[in-house]
Amino acid sequence: MSKFAYMKGLYRFGRVITYIILILCAVICIAPFIWMVLTSFKTNAEALRFPPTFLPKKFILTNYTNGWKMADFGLFTKNTVILSLACTIGVVFSSALVGYGFARFKAKGSAFWYVIMLSTLMLPSQVTMIPQYIIFTKLKLVNTYWPIIIPSWLGGGAYNIFLYTQFFKSLPKELTEAAKIDGANSFQTFWRVMLPSIKPVALCVGVMALVYHWNDFFTPLIYLNSTQKYTISIGLQFLNSTQGTARIGMMMAVAVIAMLPVLIIFFLAQKYFIEGIKISGLKA
Amino acid sequence: MSVKKTMSGNERRDTINFYLYILPWLISFFVFTLYPMIKSFWLCFTDSDFSGRGNFIGLENFKRAFTKDPLFFKVFANTLYYVIMFVPASLVISFFIGWLLSQKIRMLGFFRTVFYLPYITSGVAVTIMWGWIFNSDYGLINYLLSLVGITGPKWLTDKRTAMIAIVIMSLWSIGNNILIMLAGIQDIPATYFESARIDGASTLRQIFSITIPLCTPTIFFNLVVGTIGAFQIFNQPYILTKGGPVDSTRTVAMYLYSNAFEYGNMGYGATISWCLFVIIMFVTLIIQGTSKHWVFYDN
Repeated sequence: MSKFAYMKGLYRFGRVITYIILILCAVICIAPFIWMVLTSFKTNAEALRFPPTFLPKKFILTNYTNGWKMADFGLFTKNTVILSLACTIGVVFSSALVGYGFARFKAKGSAFWYVIMLSTLMLPSQVTMIPQYIIFTKLKLVNTYWPIIIPSWLGGGAYNIFLYTQFFKSLPKELTEAAKIDGANSFQTFWRVMLPSIKPVALCVGVMALVYHWNDFFTPLIYLNSTQKYTISIGLQFLNSTQGTARIGMMMAVAVIAMLPVLIIFFLAQKYFIEGIKISGLKA
Repeated sequence: MSVKKTMSGNERRDTINFYLYILPWLISFFVFTLYPMIKSFWLCFTDSDFSGRGNFIGLENFKRAFTKDPLFFKVFANTLYYVIMFVPASLVISFFIGWLLSQKIRMLGFFRTVFYLPYITSGVAVTIMWGWIFNSDYGLINYLLSLVGITGPKWLTDKRTAMIAIVIMSLWSIGNNILIMLAGIQDIPATYFESARIDGASTLRQIFSITIPLCTPTIFFNLVVGTIGAFQIFNQPYILTKGGPVDSTRTVAMYLYSNAFEYGNMGYGATISWCLFVIIMFVTLIIQGTSKHWVFYDN
């Protein structure tokens, strides 16, 4: 066999192995979800069986109905929606403002503050969470949503500011020059420069913030005490700790319901997540 | 003369505008970052409760942590164990899969979506799902193992394997890292590989001489961010094992949470948080220090 044919054979073999490994990984990624969904339609008796069945022999929907009622899902969903939206809107707007500031204005100390801002990305939240809690206790804001919402409106986090700064820096100077010549003040310039092209970044920041706040467990955990205020993640854990040990079918059903909104957002807005990753990775 | 005046007028306007625009973040920095950092350091030397009121007790918290509290070192050991098991594995796996994805395969979009799914859905629901997957009697993993004749371990109820289960669960969700690595690899100009191939370099040689060296900034980024994140692990052990069995999965973040928010001992909690902070900084500085030797930036 000629060397060329040998290399070609090896190349093909390499391609096959590549696909096999990737497909295996894809299966590993999806299998748990499939198992979860199938279990949610089984009775407890069938789910808690060894060896397990694959497709439910008896297909039931009561896990979903019971779970929804028992977990008070309607209430938790409403809470989570309100909280996540309030935070997301805050993040999208305030980090745009701050990002614009860092990108557009050369002032004394702007480089210094930019470095400080970026270095807060490295700060573990544990160092600041206790005094933050004390602040909110003194303000009597514990067991409200304010401790979670307020930080989102004050700059929305260094990562989001970073994304916006990169974006604004990439816009051609001519846009701002033109606006300035027309006598626009800085805020009018902000609207004119910002509005036309901001959609990709804003959506990027928005969907990531939405998913983050939707899934957030720790912050609501420390600030929310009454069941009425619980978000989906806290409610789910609460249900898990009281009912979870035996009622596997119901727990899986509730978990599926909890995941659904995030999955929908993800499938609708996939490319914005990918964009966000690309920008952050490249600037590393 | 008039030119000079306009320049400084512009400068002044720019300065005012700058601080005006970043004001939201500046407020947040002083109120929610700088002040808390200083205050939590102060709290380490007090026995404060929820309201922040307490007495100055000097080094009592540290004495308790280093000499009287057996759990203190245990939680740091557990957390370190998790970091060491998780971070290197996550880098190797995400690089490997990222590299596979960069090989001009079909259905790249499909694979990207599938690999990202575990990351995007992370949360309580997924954690609870994994809790059941690791169930020793009815879970998916032990069932699959039984198909090849292995009796699976007790995973989350066995102190030897509980943390390992949590590491496995975390490794399943590294879709984000995979995509970051992929972006880093795709960034390498194709010409480097072209010329290497013309020179007869094998694929393996190409990976080690071109791909990896040029990816070191991305790897460095993932290493630092990943390590800092891994030290703070809380959700999975809290939801699945509550720190058990026998405190084998009790992490620093969990210990901090129970001391500060369950027992109301903010002083001791602050002490734990500062010890964690110092360790994270120390590790980050070491990584930073060695980076000169292995990270290549294009210049």
